[in-house]
Amino acid sequence: MEKKKVIEIKDVWKIYQIDLVEYAALRGANLDVYKGEFLAIMGASGSGKSTILNNVGALDVPTKGQVLLEGIDIATLDESDLAQVRGRKIGFVFQAFNLITSLNALENVMLPMTFQGISRREKIERATRLLNLVGLGDRLNNLPGELSGGERQRVAIARALSNDPEVILADEPTGNLDSKTGKEIIELLKKLQKEQGKTLIMVTHDLNIAKQADRIAQLSDGKVIKISNKI
Amino acid sequence: MIFDYFLLSLKSIRKRRLRAWLTIIGIFIGIAAVVSLISLGQGLQVAINQQFEQLGKDKIVIQPITLGPPGSVTSKSLILTLKDLKFIENINGVEWGIGYLVKSDQIQFKDEKKVEFIIGMNPNDLEINLELQGTKIIEGRSLKNGDKFKVVVGYNHGVDGKIWNRGIKIGDYIEIEGNKFKVVGKFDKTSNPLEDGYIFVPKDTLKEVLNIQDEESEIVIKVAPGYDVAAVADTIKEKLRRFRGEKEKQETFQVSTSEQILESFNNIFGIVQTVLAGIAAISLLVGGIGIMNTMYTSVLERTRDIGIMKSIGARNSDILIIFLIESGFLGMIGGAIGIGIGYIIGKGVEYAAVNYLGTTLLRAVFPWYLILGSLAFSFFVGSGAGLLPAIRASKLKPVDALRYE
Repeated sequence: MEKKKVIEIKDVWKIYQIDLVEYAALRGANLDVYKGEFLAIMGASGSGKSTILNNVGALDVPTKGQVLLEGIDIATLDESDLAQVRGRKIGFVFQAFNLITSLNALENVMLPMTFQGISRREKIERATRLLNLVGLGDRLNNLPGELSGGERQRVAIARALSNDPEVILADEPTGNLDSKTGKEIIELLKKLQKEQGKTLIMVTHDLNIAKQADRIAQLSDGKVIKISNKI
Repeated sequence: MIFDYFLLSLKSIRKRRLRAWLTIIGIFIGIAAVVSLISLGQGLQVAINQQFEQLGKDKIVIQPITLGPPGSVTSKSLILTLKDLKFIENINGVEWGIGYLVKSDQIQFKDEKKVEFIIGMNPNDLEINLELQGTKIIEGRSLKNGDKFKVVVGYNHGVDGKIWNRGIKIGDYIEIEGNKFKVVGKFDKTSNPLEDGYIFVPKDTLKEVLNIQDEESEIVIKVAPGYDVAAVADTIKEKLRRFRGEKEKQETFQVSTSEQILESFNNIFGIVQTVLAGIAAISLLVGGIGIMNTMYTSVLERTRDIGIMKSIGARNSDILIIFLIESGFLGMIGGAIGIGIGYIIGKGVEYAAVNYLGTTLLRAVFPWYLILGSLAFSFFVGSGAGLLPAIRASKLKPVDALRYE
């Protein structure tokens, strides 16, 4: 049976201009991502891992080439549509958690729904359910500063799920955590991928984590040089 | 959704409490100044309008053109005389006319000497004057026909420590130019402390004492019912000019209707209030720049937050609105506090005016449009000042903003 492609990356170039020097972070990268799979992206620093993730997540648009998200070329979208894509189709989980520090856990999870104009009642209901799902049912009213690293990342995961996106993008989600907590976070993400059928794309340099993925994409010098199936 | 953005702004303001307060101070000083000054200006205008209402719209005042206040020396040819008064009284449309003398002179009571305004009036006319000033006799009696060397004094003369160490009592004597006058009555307080210092003397006696032949400092006439006040005023001006043998545009007297006087007062108030508003606008401008400064800093500080919000689906317009609400909110809090402080200042001045200056003219009034207007205005100053920083925030690229440390 043909697996459905969620994301197609076709000969993508991303060139940054830093002062007068041009720097190509991606140099003709090609990658397909299938619905419901767990894909790990590995590579040395500077190989373009994060750049590829940012392009998939519509945080950035390619200089050349195409990023198709469910068949739609993100380069053709305007600012407002890109924001809609980020809000509805994508859930981000960052290495540095990236929670809003002045909002408590519940409010952080509610925020993406605010931008989609969801009613306050539904927001509270959904956010509470998601925080329960990630095991933080008793920390709803704590500010990020009052939570441990692992708890913060759980809040971030709950936030990523709040608009029920197709794809979860995780950029080194365990990078700021100790190994035990890191394992728990990976388990949680895998559980979501399996049980809720989310597509999970994770950038990591930890081979032990990458081994748990369905496929591993190896990046070097802005290109995908190798794709290996589950070992 | 706006409500959610409002909560978001509130949280962010609370996190930066000290800076928010400093910014707010910049606004509320301006608003407090506007509110207190305008409320007092309005109060004064209302009070003066009421005074004219008391005087009535059917009154016309004829005065010689002088360069000083009433009672100052006027050259012989310029003064109004009894002949003028009689002539005016016979003009068609004039119901009655009264003429009186206003002089300032030294008055002696016991061992004290003070210079006060002395009003020389026919006893009959005094009754009319009482009505015009909205006061009444509170002790003793008014002047009556046949009175000579009798006086009725204004309210302040009877109060210990106001004009005299020991207030004048009914039956006391005061001296004007070496002549003893018996005090027969006292007036009640008026809204004008100047009038409360007047001394009323029979006109003929005052002329005798001050050695005045024939003079009226001011003539007030009432227009008969059914006549147009302005038309009667024009007629008086023209006929009196011919009667006195003066050329047009070179009259030595002026004829003003109470409405004209009121209008000129209101014109002056308009100018004063515009100037006050201008001064206040400058202080608000400074406050607005303070908000702008705060918001630029805030945008810089929250660059990462902006990146986060964009990564979870915020559009540029969402970011713009969030920052505009925040700066507008800073402005509005400043406005609300400013209105409160302005109210206290206004009422404080009113209290001081009543208790220390003895005038009820300086009242602070707070019409709804002043309150709502100040609030709306401070909101717009706030969001206006926040506009540029907000645009800058909204235009940040999500990737760059997320990378910001």
